[in-house]
Amino acid sequence: MISFIKKCATTALSAAFIFACTPQGPNNDSGGVMSVTNAASKVYVAPGNHDEFYAFMSGGFSGQISVYGLPSGRLFRVIPVFSQDPEKGYGYNEETKPMLQTSYGFVPWDDAHHPELSQTDGVPDGRWIFINGNNTPRIARVDLSTFETAEIIEIPNSGGNHSSPFITANSEYVVAGTRFSVPIPNEDIALDQYKEKYKGSLSFISVDQESGDMDVAFQVLVPGYDYDLAHAGKGQSHGWVFFTTYNTEQSNTLKEIGASQNDKDFIAAVNWKKAEEYLAQGKAKEMPASYYNNEYSDETHSATATQKKSVKVLIPEECPGLVYFLPTPKSPHGVDVDPTGEYIVGNGKLSADMSVHSFSKMVQAIENKDFETTIDGIPVLKYESVLDGIVKQAGLGPLHTEFDGKGNAYTSFFISSEVVKWKVDSKEVVDRVPTYYSIGHLMIPGGDSQKPFGKYLVALNKITKDRYLPTGPELAHSAQLYDISGDKMELLLDFPTIGEPHYAQAIPAELITPRSVKTFKLSENQHPYAAKKESEARVERDGNEVHVYMTSIRSHFAPDNIEGLEVGDKVYFHLTNLEQDWDVPHGLSVMGANNAELLVMPGQTETLLWEPQKPGVYPFYCTDFCSALHQEMQGYARVSPQGSTVALDWKTGNRK
Amino acid sequence: MKTLNNIPKVLKFTRNLVLTLIFSSLLFGCGSDAGNENASTESGTTEQTQENMEALTEDLTDPMNNKGVGPVDHVDLGPIDEAMVAEGKAIFEENCTACHKIEERYIGPALKELTVRRSPEWIMNMIMNPNEMVQQDPVAKALLAEYLSPMANQNISREDTRKILEYFRSVDEVK
Repeated sequence: MISFIKKCATTALSAAFIFACTPQGPNNDSGGVMSVTNAASKVYVAPGNHDEFYAFMSGGFSGQISVYGLPSGRLFRVIPVFSQDPEKGYGYNEETKPMLQTSYGFVPWDDAHHPELSQTDGVPDGRWIFINGNNTPRIARVDLSTFETAEIIEIPNSGGNHSSPFITANSEYVVAGTRFSVPIPNEDIALDQYKEKYKGSLSFISVDQESGDMDVAFQVLVPGYDYDLAHAGKGQSHGWVFFTTYNTEQSNTLKEIGASQNDKDFIAAVNWKKAEEYLAQGKAKEMPASYYNNEYSDETHSATATQKKSVKVLIPEECPGLVYFLPTPKSPHGVDVDPTGEYIVGNGKLSADMSVHSFSKMVQAIENKDFETTIDGIPVLKYESVLDGIVKQAGLGPLHTEFDGKGNAYTSFFISSEVVKWKVDSKEVVDRVPTYYSIGHLMIPGGDSQKPFGKYLVALNKITKDRYLPTGPELAHSAQLYDISGDKMELLLDFPTIGEPHYAQAIPAELITPRSVKTFKLSENQHPYAAKKESEARVERDGNEVHVYMTSIRSHFAPDNIEGLEVGDKVYFHLTNLEQDWDVPHGLSVMGANNAELLVMPGQTETLLWEPQKPGVYPFYCTDFCSALHQEMQGYARVSPQGSTVALDWKTGNRK
Repeated sequence: MKTLNNIPKVLKFTRNLVLTLIFSSLLFGCGSDAGNENASTESGTTEQTQENMEALTEDLTDPMNNKGVGPVDHVDLGPIDEAMVAEGKAIFEENCTACHKIEERYIGPALKELTVRRSPEWIMNMIMNPNEMVQQDPVAKALLAEYLSPMANQNISREDTRKILEYFRSVDEVK
């Protein structure tokens, strides 16, 4: 341990010497006013013009995805995924509540880390974006024609769904490796039995190519380490997925020290094509489990939550050739595969060096049975046999690497706060730029695919102080946009992000805009409580349940006067937006309602549950400005004491 | 086609429109192009406005000459097609009745005798292209000034719009 600290200190000293102190601002480098003007013109998107790329950023602890334009850095939309969103009623209205159902009950929050675009032939195709829920292990699929969460699947036998949801080259699978090993199945086991009883799991979630429907196809049970990040093979390495591990020490307390003892941890290489063979041979065990698969329908505008009861599990000892370990120094974080699929970059976050493994050498080493040892049936390949080369002391704290498709790799260095550009074949460092400050992930549009779109690089930073006007003790996290089209990287723009952005992905706008849905067709609305024309608007009582079939159009509700409600009633406002015009949602809020508002898209139906607590008259109104008469878009609901004789009645306009 | 018993009312409405138009063009000018013209010589602008107004007045004297702004420049009307009427009525009920009644003013104007007040092309353009209509067509502009709630674009296809027109024709037909 001491020698490790000493080594770190020496590296830190030399690094500090090399990189000098933290720069004070963007003008500090070499540029001056000219370069600032140049940078400004490169990010300027004139009013009325559109950005070139959509960037999807994870919301981190906000649980959402935020959508930005590049190069402008303008925020376009926040897509609610794992967290309730009062702005859109997501997770509050009756239709989307089932999306947040889990085996632990209704979980209205998660920690969303890694957005991952669907791919065809190894290139993002703009159909869907997936993202992991880290805390209560889940994966969500967002439909990029509607920018709405279409499906959430819970991952059984997992604790901390961090190495997720990295995708295979034709979206065959997204993966979900457990960051925290746990008893599998989870049960009451003493913590000091961690080494003996705790296991890791690597899950492969299949994706239906037509519908996008997700299913836990199989899990691989692996030793009780921490599985941190992943990337799928591509090109020649298609058929494999690589996961980094740390804590091969299997420490379960004070891991800060306990999990940094070993000189090398592993990259776990899983051959999923082999797994498919074993599944076909019936080698998988059905293990009892309990997890939810929640799906949203654009026809009924509603989600359904389905409980699943078992999962298929493969045990490496019984499935030779399924998993191999590639030794990698020291607590590797990111594992990144270059566009050719040959190079597998393992970033040892506690090592100053980056180990670049060769896929073809790995295949050779497997053929030669060039094994150091075997752990739980998993051969550990010899480090020297799989290593292609080392990027030596490029900086401190290497985390993640993306590629520009021109033979260059770009690695984020957390401790030395910089991006380092190096050549994949020669491992030679060719450029470095500072970030402001403490960069985590970095992103190049398509930068983890077979054909990066290149041009820009976005740094996702953890610390922001002195970049923006202060906002109390907490500042928005910062993203920084760099131009990487030339030999030298150039900082263009700072822009704030939401939550703690981890990873991000970006895609040319032209791959998404032609498929963008503008309205939902009223005639296709199959919501069971839809009122598809104003003449269908009505109020029905069923015991203490009252169903209001309500319609909205600029600028009125029908009905807008309701009487005969009683204390103790459960009042369901089913609001159908009759508009068939783009960008004209209507909202509904009711005074004192204990949840949120509705925000109903054109042609959609949504339901607000209101349980009035005391007699009185309750105004309701539209929350989304819609026309010159928007303020007039309102109504009244009268609530009488329980058992009152006031008849149920409703109207819009005075009866003739 | 039926002879109208309320022609004076229609004329009065037209006169009101003209007045509203003169008033609103004084207040608001005529959009961005007009704005540029205003920047040129004063006499030129006056001439232009007068010319416009004359053309407008002529149009409004017989609104049936006004085809409106939009994709429809010609409609062939035949004998009323009852099948189209039935479909048009259903489409109208689903998409339009939240704001329009046939017999009474509601959010928008009453639609009885619409086919006598407006050309078939104007009606179809107003349904299919309301946003541009209220910006460019003098009658639609005047209607927006009176009713204030902009007509919603319900994204109705040309085929369905034609069916709605057929339904309107059947409403106005002599019984």
